Amino acid sequence: MKRRMLLGAAAALGLAAATGAYAADPTKVGFIYVGPVGDGGWTYEHNQGRLAVEEAFGDAVETVYQENVPEGADAERAMTQMALSGVDLIFTTSFGYMDPTIAVAEKFPNVKFEHATGYKRADNVSTYSARFYEGRAVQGTIAGHMTKSNKIGYIASFPIPEVIRGINSAYIHAKKVNPDVEMSVIWAYTWFDPAKEADAATALIEQGADVILQHTDSTAPQAAAEKAGGVITFGQASDMGEFAPLPRVSSIIDDWAPYYIARTKAVMDGTWESTDTWDGIGAGMVGIGEISDAVPAEVKAEALAMKDALADGSYHAFTGPLNKQDGSAWLAEGEVADDGTLAGMNFYVEGITGDIPQ
Amino acid sequence: MDLSAINPLVLIASLMVAATPILLAAIGELVVEKAGVLNLGVEGMMITGAICGFAIAVETGSPALGFIASMIGAALLSLIFGFLTQVLMSNQVATGLALTLFGLGLSALLGQGYVGIKPPATHDINFGFLTEIPVIGPILFTHDIIVYASLALIAATWAVLKFTRVGLILRAVGENHDAAHALGYKVVRIRILAIMFGGACAGLGGAYLSLVRVPQWTEGMTAGAGWIALALVVFASWKPLRVLVGAYLFGGITVLQLNLQAAGVAIPVEYLSMSPYLITILVLVIMSSDRSRAALNAPASLGRVFHASS
Repeated sequence: MKRRMLLGAAAALGLAAATGAYAADPTKVGFIYVGPVGDGGWTYEHNQGRLAVEEAFGDAVETVYQENVPEGADAERAMTQMALSGVDLIFTTSFGYMDPTIAVAEKFPNVKFEHATGYKRADNVSTYSARFYEGRAVQGTIAGHMTKSNKIGYIASFPIPEVIRGINSAYIHAKKVNPDVEMSVIWAYTWFDPAKEADAATALIEQGADVILQHTDSTAPQAAAEKAGGVITFGQASDMGEFAPLPRVSSIIDDWAPYYIARTKAVMDGTWESTDTWDGIGAGMVGIGEISDAVPAEVKAEALAMKDALADGSYHAFTGPLNKQDGSAWLAEGEVADDGTLAGMNFYVEGITGDIPQ
Repeated sequence: MDLSAINPLVLIASLMVAATPILLAAIGELVVEKAGVLNLGVEGMMITGAICGFAIAVETGSPALGFIASMIGAALLSLIFGFLTQVLMSNQVATGLALTLFGLGLSALLGQGYVGIKPPATHDINFGFLTEIPVIGPILFTHDIIVYASLALIAATWAVLKFTRVGLILRAVGENHDAAHALGYKVVRIRILAIMFGGACAGLGGAYLSLVRVPQWTEGMTAGAGWIALALVVFASWKPLRVLVGAYLFGGITVLQLNLQAAGVAIPVEYLSMSPYLITILVLVIMSSDRSRAALNAPASLGRVFHASS
């Protein structure tokens, strides 16, 4: 009796395994996060994208994620583990995962990889990023109008092109509406360290900055600005709406859901190919959070007009005449920056003081 | 470069705030180590205190209750460590590391519903006209109660360890637990009390982070502060006043380097970023460079398992 049951069970298992190949074997999608899903910023939005994938495909997908994965050797281990567990598609969601992603992808040619914000691709590695600098142009416009001390503080994370583009774009547009504006940049050398981010915001505020822009992931600078009072901030990566209407007057919202759903679908259909996606406000990958009532109506209108112009392509955030920091010419009158230069941007535009750490 | 943008008075006032979490955690760990126990779980206890304090402060609307809850929460967590290492005699290093991992996970779980919430404000104490005194006023009389409590705690720990019978017993247990046991002191009980004191201090430091310094709850928000506190105790050669110097030095240079960056000083950022660690270690090492005396300061029974039968 017992033996027969075992045989039956084995047969059933074998049958299940055999049919699995034909019938609905859920597509497994993995995500590697640099911070906790509760950071309220960058990782939070990637996780919202993951949840959207689950919602869109129901039982046909299975998602897994690992949070707080350090950039570096440990990331390679986390990806390898995920690939070994039978995941079909892995999204690695931080710049520092670039080389680990390429290395692991080489070992698992049948697993598809998607690396966010990087520039290295392979047959099974795509890259995707958002044109955050378009959102920075809108922020810079509001910041230039709103600052009374003419000092804008910028909390930067790491000296990589993505961050430098944001600094340049914000500065160019703040300067355009307010020629007296100055920008102080603090390099925090972290994506996520609430205490350090709060200290950086406090240091900038104590030195007279009344607008704080951040390119780090937590809401700590918002809280610090709120405590100091009389300072405005912008939500980063996520709306951070709990700090509206002041200090947070607007935000850049990353919307990864449509992309994640499209790429998962491509894997299911077998049409997945290595691509390079770089979408902005127009495609909806970058959203501008509601501009709060703390901003005067005409400033708000100007900011929204810029948003629309960026969205329909009639205006490019890097339009000449623009010089590099050392005074050498970069873009002539009316010329716009090409994607190649933007992707590898490693210089400040004219007017920003200080050096980019090399 | 515009150094005039840095206001030294504001800088000193904000370094005191920046240093308080590690100061509290370090003084707690100092007492634990003086009792001969090495608890590497400071980070875990800090973050548990951070969420316990935050949750209670949000629920009750009272930061004071939050601070008390943070001490109770972290002390309870440290009790697990106490039970494992003192009663079941497990390895202190491994148990302490496990406590850190456990605390990080537990706090993330407890904090699920508290992301993005603002805590009730902790107000600075109003000293009235004292705040108006030039120089001293803005530095000394513009803080909240925890800053003063941390300073009082340093003074009290120093006095108790140096002048009182309780301090003598605690040190005896840390120096030679067999001798202390032979004299009739309850080694295990004293150590567990010391561990709980350390837990309470670490928890308070964590809550200061989540309720005052940042102020909000985010997973993993201590971001290594507990480890810095641990290192500080060793480099301060187990002396309370040196812990104070070390913590303020570390906090001060952390704040200063951000201010120097904001002012656009032409020192490469990499050097500025590493400077808090380098300078703090350097200064404390020089202070304890007298080798013969420094060696005397380490509690002789530190990290050793005590068994009453031996």
